[in-house]
Amino acid sequence: AASAQFQLTVPIAVVFVPGSVPEDLPGPLPFRDVQEMEISVNLRTSTTSRYQTVYRSTTAEEEAALDVATAQEADAALHLLQDAPLGALTVYVLPETSSLLPQGISVYVGKHRSALVRAGGGLAALRVRLRQLTQVMSFTASSIAAALSDRVPDGQLGPDARRHLKSSLGYEITFSLLNPDPKSHAVDWDIEGAVNRYVQPILDKLSLVANFSVDSQILYYAVLGVTPRFDKESSSFLLSAHSLPHVINPVEARLGSSAASLYPVLNFLLYVPERSHSPLYIQDQDGAPVSTNAFHSPRWGGIMIYNVEAPAYAKASLPLDVDVDMVRVMEVFLAQLRLLFGLSREELPPEFLLESPGDEGLADWELDRLLWAHTVENIATVSTTLTSLAQLLDKIGNIVIKDDVASEVYQAVASAQSAMAQLATGNLLSAFQASKEAVTSSERAFFDPSLLHLLYFPDDQKFAIYIPLFLPMAVPILLSLAKIVREARQRTKEPTKLD
Amino acid sequence: VCTSRFWFNYRHVANTLSVYRSVKRLGIPDSHIVLMLADDMACNPRNPKPATVFSHKNMELNVYGDDVEVDYRSYEVTVENFLRVLTGRIPPSTPRSKRLLSDDRSNILIYMTGSHGGNGFLKFQDSEEITNVELADAFEQMWQKRRYNELLFIIDTCQGASMYERFYSPNIMALASSQVGEDSLSHQPDLGIGVHLMDRYTFYMLEFLEEIHPASQTNMNDLFQVCPKSLCVSTPGHRTDLFQRDPQNVLITDFFGSVRKVEITTETISLNRYSAGFESKLPKDELATEPLKYAEQLPVAQIIHQKPKQKDWHPPGGFILGLWALIIMVFFKTYGIKHMKHVF
Repeated sequence: AASAQFQLTVPIAVVFVPGSVPEDLPGPLPFRDVQEMEISVNLRTSTTSRYQTVYRSTTAEEEAALDVATAQEADAALHLLQDAPLGALTVYVLPETSSLLPQGISVYVGKHRSALVRAGGGLAALRVRLRQLTQVMSFTASSIAAALSDRVPDGQLGPDARRHLKSSLGYEITFSLLNPDPKSHAVDWDIEGAVNRYVQPILDKLSLVANFSVDSQILYYAVLGVTPRFDKESSSFLLSAHSLPHVINPVEARLGSSAASLYPVLNFLLYVPERSHSPLYIQDQDGAPVSTNAFHSPRWGGIMIYNVEAPAYAKASLPLDVDVDMVRVMEVFLAQLRLLFGLSREELPPEFLLESPGDEGLADWELDRLLWAHTVENIATVSTTLTSLAQLLDKIGNIVIKDDVASEVYQAVASAQSAMAQLATGNLLSAFQASKEAVTSSERAFFDPSLLHLLYFPDDQKFAIYIPLFLPMAVPILLSLAKIVREARQRTKEPTKLD
Repeated sequence: VCTSRFWFNYRHVANTLSVYRSVKRLGIPDSHIVLMLADDMACNPRNPKPATVFSHKNMELNVYGDDVEVDYRSYEVTVENFLRVLTGRIPPSTPRSKRLLSDDRSNILIYMTGSHGGNGFLKFQDSEEITNVELADAFEQMWQKRRYNELLFIIDTCQGASMYERFYSPNIMALASSQVGEDSLSHQPDLGIGVHLMDRYTFYMLEFLEEIHPASQTNMNDLFQVCPKSLCVSTPGHRTDLFQRDPQNVLITDFFGSVRKVEITTETISLNRYSAGFESKLPKDELATEPLKYAEQLPVAQIIHQKPKQKDWHPPGGFILGLWALIIMVFFKTYGIKHMKHVF
């Protein structure tokens, strides 16, 4: 495997509101400092994270923006003022007595790239807070290790290292409605409207990361592969947690995902159980019903079970018109989409408050987290691919390399180097785009159909083929050559003899 | 993969279809299976029971059924296509069903059978061969690109163990039906159909697999014992030194079935409900295109009248030139230059 030294630079601006400046600052504002931390992945790969921090005091506009009632409003107002580039963070330090942050909360992380921190405890405590914030908003050692998962020795990775979707140039999202009992339920879902209203905003934000395409379908008479059991106490049907893995495969055959593009497919299924199995709930490991009634499978997608209200059966005639509440459904599907991409909100200290991203679906700093992980993953992939391509070409000498393959390789190398340089200076957006170009070029070069090494000729077979052809042909030629040499020698001797 | 054609090699197609059937029964969908059959037995004109392929005499089990999706058929089963599928170096126009779209979490099962295996090679279609070195290199290419997590390679042919001798990539486990120097033998013939229906190793393996269901906990050690010498006549072999886990702990369903990791979704995000009067976003500008008529989809006239591409002429290479120069020089030296006017 190739060696790689990553240097990830995060530009941070720490802005002190008047009254919050700690006494033990090493110098007057504004000043800068740099902190470095080493994350070592294996013997040959290591990551150094550099936090370039600028400490300054607020400008007049910022003070005006902070002079509001709640943290959310402050966050919105501050976002209008600044234009922090992708990857950068701004931290506003508020006085200890500030009422902007609710009681008991010391850190508030907004929807964009800024955070509000309550001062207190001097510079050292502030630095600790900053470190915690960068872990949340940029990257952690484990997220980088997960991105570099093929280089990490197998034993060291946690169980969730390989569950997030790999970085890819595009993803295909398919929403499917499964109706196993059309005689009882005539299900109607306004998927197009729901996609435009709720899904499109998050996809627009993620369009920086990859191309997304969305489609939907309705499948009739598609059953789950597992029979749920009837539970007398709750008079409902239950699917236990250990039968869930067997649900997906019988359905997958009917999903038609093989007709789609070559990009990874994310399937989101909405299952309306049959009348004879309604209502159907999912049980988790402890036996409690799951509130979302949904489960997901890493790198595949998610399934949600939508129960039809029981009283409705009594009055109406079959088939019952079921109008799916798309908001409830989309809340779950979008949460699953975020989890599939690895954007979960992990365990945080209790004094942290994270603003929910609301309608946009994704906070700006969550997008940054994704970009950091994907950029590192892309560059690592490029270096592994090109190294193995070089080894292949060394080993098998008679593969012809076409010009366009060669130019793709050069471009991949140039883009990868540019991406590493941009990462070191802290320009996350250009680093990511360069890494995407590098991956595209290297994959095109590696998987070029012309690089197939079919001609394995062991040496003994080469002899066996060519000797019967050339040996008989060579015999008269060699004899004649010998005759020529003898004649030439005789001629040079003769003049001396005649003399 | 079934690599042999012709009616008398019925049993190899039956072998492959039996494994295909078991794998589908245990949950792997067609989109995750690449099936390569070198000849069509079910619709072969010599098949007395058309549209069936039986695996047991007395026609007990029809492995062809009505849900078989063959990805590479007949003359498309070549060494080149097989290696292309494995390494991923496929022309861009290949459909998704003919590709191996695996990633670093995929466990891959490869089953090969054919009529002419030898020490270090397997014959494809009676005309070309794949050597164990090429196969090992292809697996190494797959490992470099992390196209598999673990790989199980099963081969049922004569001297099958020679095919896995050269593997050097990690996480590969291999089984073969016979050792070097031994022949793999077929099971019983069926007098109604007139050919041997199955090979012994695969026959007993199929019997074993019929007992497995998606949630079973049987492990690989049982698969190694599936065909003792008394039943199989040849000595099946296996190779596990490249595999990291202990075969005792590897479930059959890890390779033959598909059990997915599943997590319960506990979070939701909160969305604002839009009122009914919300206008949907206008779609981005779409160009109005005229629907194409069927006949107009390809520029047929242009294709028919295309001139054949001129192949570039290359001057002869050094070796040929040298050889001819040597021959001509010897000729004229031996017979004398005065004969040149008779030649020209």
